[in-house]
Amino acid sequence: MRALKRLVSRLAQGLTLVLAVVVLNFVLVHAAPGDPVETIAGASGGMDEKLQAELRAQYGLDRPLPVQLGIYLGKVLRGDLGYSYFFNLPVSGLIAERVPATLALVLTAVLAAFVMGTTLGVLSSRKPNGWLSQTINVLSLVGFAAPVFWLGMLLVILLASVFPVFPVSGMRGIESDGQGLRDVLDVLHHLVLPAFTLGLAYLAQYSRLSRAAMLDVLGADYIRTARAKGLSERVVLYKHALRNAVLPVVTVLGLQFGNVLAGAIVVETVFNWPGLGRLAYESVLRRDYPTILGVLLFSSVVVVVMNQLTDLCYRLIDPRIKAA
Amino acid sequence: MFARNPSAIAGMLLLGAVLLVALGGPWVMGADPFEITAAPMTPPFSEDAFLGTDYLGRDVLATLVYGGRATLLVGAVAALLSVAIGITLGAMAGYYGGKVDAMLMRVTEFFQVLPALLFAMVVVTLFSPTLLTTTLAIGVVSWTGTARLTRAEFMKFRNLEFVRAEQAIGASHARIIWKVILPNALPPLIVSATLAIGSAILFEAGLSFLGLGDQNRMSWGLMIGASRQYVLSCWWAVAFPGAAIFVTVLAVSLIGDGLNDALNPKLRER
Repeated sequence: MRALKRLVSRLAQGLTLVLAVVVLNFVLVHAAPGDPVETIAGASGGMDEKLQAELRAQYGLDRPLPVQLGIYLGKVLRGDLGYSYFFNLPVSGLIAERVPATLALVLTAVLAAFVMGTTLGVLSSRKPNGWLSQTINVLSLVGFAAPVFWLGMLLVILLASVFPVFPVSGMRGIESDGQGLRDVLDVLHHLVLPAFTLGLAYLAQYSRLSRAAMLDVLGADYIRTARAKGLSERVVLYKHALRNAVLPVVTVLGLQFGNVLAGAIVVETVFNWPGLGRLAYESVLRRDYPTILGVLLFSSVVVVVMNQLTDLCYRLIDPRIKAA
Repeated sequence: MFARNPSAIAGMLLLGAVLLVALGGPWVMGADPFEITAAPMTPPFSEDAFLGTDYLGRDVLATLVYGGRATLLVGAVAALLSVAIGITLGAMAGYYGGKVDAMLMRVTEFFQVLPALLFAMVVVTLFSPTLLTTTLAIGVVSWTGTARLTRAEFMKFRNLEFVRAEQAIGASHARIIWKVILPNALPPLIVSATLAIGSAILFEAGLSFLGLGDQNRMSWGLMIGASRQYVLSCWWAVAFPGAAIFVTVLAVSLIGDGLNDALNPKLRER
């Protein structure tokens, strides 16, 4: 019963946050200088006052701000995110179309970084001053200091031009028909460079975190006891110590998800990956307000969900941690 | 301790070099980074352009020298802004506790959930990209980490005896926060501030890369973004500015790490 109450309160908290984000962005977007009708007028080569006024009425831009906000929120609650000014298609459709691409990119990058990072961290914790450890230190600094877009472009030069191993951009080859195993392999082939670029910084960070956590834990009394009991090193490491190494990584992963989405915007732009990030970027340039707001809403929801999931995983991994 | 740390010294030297070039270079060179000086896409180490030219014929070396100013300026001021906001809000939350804390934590959570890059992009586009709007946008989304750190520190110190003593003799809250607790809470905050500079520089580079920075000021990100489509035939226009960003952020991180080791012996990572 208490768990249910907690769950409900968390949901409420999450919803309030998302709502606040949407309201803020709505206000910002509509209170700033210039409006979409002017942009459309500019793009179509000029428009007389009467037509502008008509368009404004059509888009509801002549109503007072709070009314517009109310209308917008009402629509959102019904799942209607409006129509893109640029595409003239429903925003929710645009988002749904591009989510799989971004999902593939982000999940691959983060999962690979998590698995490889934790493994490297655990392995290097056995020899804290060995070459693996030093490599991780260096990689860590590089991963943090190098701009993501720069790394991506260097990788493209190296692995797509000098040694043409991977494709330069896009998600599929031109000749692809979008079906079957061949398509899946094609997409995977295109996925490698972007996912690697996105995940590298996190790989380095997770290695460092898990190594530090392992080193912390390996000195604890209960590990000594386990060893004294005669348990094999493998069991000690993986059954008892590993949970502690994974914990800070999970926390950071969950809390940093916003950064991952930001990284996805940049990586998708560099590699022409047809995902949500690129849609967001292009919409910002085109002042396609409904799309911008839709993507912002979607990202916020994702971040809130990730935060809650992290909390949940947190408590699953470490049963000592009680309520929020 | 800091003075004996080799990588921290390396960091300081690197940063010193970067600052020297960024601040003194333009004075020495006296050129216009946007000016077309040679044939487009001249490779580096040729006699017309030491580091080559980009797809328009702009000198990459001039870009490096002039671009540092915008990047460093925005990075430093935005970091300062985010740290100022973070410390203020975190101090109030940590010191007063109770309802103030709960409310400020809500605000912090809100800014944490806000997709930072996206929001900054929207702000910069709406209010036309200038150095000022970029700085404000970056500062306004980056303060949550510092706030949480400050709050944790203040909560530690709030109940200590010397603080209670100050309260007992009637010191005002403001005095206690700023003159009593904050100086003691400074070490981790200094480290956080240094890292904030690195993040702000990267953030600015990202915005400029996407074309959302000040188009009238040359910055490293701008050069990389502009040359993006020509990266395969003109790699030097991308590689060198990126390397400049990398070196700068690396230098700042090394200094931050060194400060961390020196000021927080207990938190030092093994």
